[in-house]
Amino acid sequence: MITVKELTKRYARNTAVDHISFEIQKGQIVGFLGPNGAGKTTTMRMLTCFMPPTAGTAIVAGFDVLEEPMEVKKRIGYLPETPPLYPEMRTGEYLEFVGSLKGLRKPELGKRVDYVCERCAVADVRDKLISKLSKGYRQRVGLAQAIIHNPEVLILDEPTAGLDPKQINETRDLIKSLAGDHTIILSTHILPEVEQTCEQVIIINKGKVIATDSVNNLQNRARGAESVIVEVAGRNGALDPAAIQSRLEKVSGVSKVLFKEKRETRNVFEVESGRGRVVRGDLARAVVEAGWDLNELRPSAMSLEEVFLQLTGDNAAERATAPNEELAAKGAGK
Amino acid sequence: MRNVFIIWRKEMRSYFVSPVAYLLLAMFAVIFGFFFWNILGYFVFTGMESQMRGEMFPMNVNEQVIRPLLSNVGVIGLFFIPMITMRLFSEEKRSGTIELLVTSPIRDGEIILGKWLAALTLYGVLLLLTALNFIFLFRYGNPDWKPLAIGYLGLLLQAAALLAIGMFISTLTKNQIIAGATTFGVCLLLWVLEWVSGYETSTWASVLSYMSVVTHVGSFSKGLLDSKDAVYYVSLTFLGIFFTARSLESLRWRS
Repeated sequence: MITVKELTKRYARNTAVDHISFEIQKGQIVGFLGPNGAGKTTTMRMLTCFMPPTAGTAIVAGFDVLEEPMEVKKRIGYLPETPPLYPEMRTGEYLEFVGSLKGLRKPELGKRVDYVCERCAVADVRDKLISKLSKGYRQRVGLAQAIIHNPEVLILDEPTAGLDPKQINETRDLIKSLAGDHTIILSTHILPEVEQTCEQVIIINKGKVIATDSVNNLQNRARGAESVIVEVAGRNGALDPAAIQSRLEKVSGVSKVLFKEKRETRNVFEVESGRGRVVRGDLARAVVEAGWDLNELRPSAMSLEEVFLQLTGDNAAERATAPNEELAAKGAGK
Repeated sequence: MRNVFIIWRKEMRSYFVSPVAYLLLAMFAVIFGFFFWNILGYFVFTGMESQMRGEMFPMNVNEQVIRPLLSNVGVIGLFFIPMITMRLFSEEKRSGTIELLVTSPIRDGEIILGKWLAALTLYGVLLLLTALNFIFLFRYGNPDWKPLAIGYLGLLLQAAALLAIGMFISTLTKNQIIAGATTFGVCLLLWVLEWVSGYETSTWASVLSYMSVVTHVGSFSKGLLDSKDAVYYVSLTFLGIFFTARSLESLRWRS
């Protein structure tokens, strides 16, 4: 649905987007993740034909953004970082205006306005002036205008920025519910958002793509080896953490035991196993056989946040070239 | 064409939903009303005076009322045009709605034409307001309507050119005040350029005076339809629209 090859955008003094390439399949919902100033907005603006690329090609919905921008524009819905709203218009009026700009005509226009109002839950503010709407409503009106002409591709630039937690959840749910009908790219610098809404993630930093993968794979990739949190408590009184640690280290397959903290009589460890070894059963047995209480035993999933920090940290570019080993080593060393 | 209409309608709506249009109309009506009252008063006064002296000198409503009034409207227009054009693009740039327009399947030319026509329509409504005053002249006097119509045509042509220039200036900045002030300065300059012809007769002076918008409205308010002056305004309009198009395009390469 979207094919980007060696896309580059240079400004007078700096390169905002530096030879990025990726591909997005139809119906996918893809997160475009990167710190502020990474080049997310610039990339999106090139995909929406707002600005032409300096070099490289982008094909959106089968049309080249440089060769046939009109055809591309007909097939995309775009929500810029600040929703493009006219405060002096009423919601319904505004949606009709955008719909007619996108080439809809009556009576279809009316039907689409009804539909998007319903879909984006803005039907109750249809006759209100946009200047009087709350931030959450404005964002939803922004989404409504993006889908008014039922575009094949939806491009959303930081759709949840500046919303309160409840509005963020509503907006995310709305975006997820749109995924079936549209191919969606959304940019964000908030990680949980990607974890919750996207199937695929493209991480970009300093204008370069540093990782492209599914959300699950990316988490696994960073983790490499399995890591388990173990909480051990003594039956009568406190235990010596060192004794527990040395016992846990003896379990076969365990590569590293890290004492994390002591909570009253309980001791928390993070245990890492070698690649492909499942050690949870043996760990449990070892603790119980030693006469201690096993309070907790859970795999510690590395959050995308940590993956992200690893990837966008120093030497990120090198790591991207040989990701697996290095990441695994990094994960194990944690 | 349909897209031009969509943009035009949206612009008209925002002029008339906000107080902008009403404020302009009210101010214009008051100022023009004052001019009308003043000039008509002077006309009646000279008429009475000549009667008292017993020497009848030819009085002409067209020459002595309509013509000075129309050239005054042209000058008032200079002050109103920046207020009409300053928001055209700068507002869209500031609020980010320019991204919506530019990423919609609609050509830049259609956006520009729609906006320019909306500005011209608003100016036309302002002129229509002045026609209310002229109705009295026709009710109580017997002026010739043709010079009046040509005078209005001249004012419209002049406004078309200045509005196009103002629109261009508003593409250059996000700040409405800057756009308005710059447009005002340019309008004023285009007006006062004509003054040099008062004392200078060199080539330079005649070039400068030719560039002035006021030089060319003179023939229209006399009731003369001079193609030379019409060409001046039409070409200035095209220049303004052309610059606007280039500026809008460059926005994409730069921003």
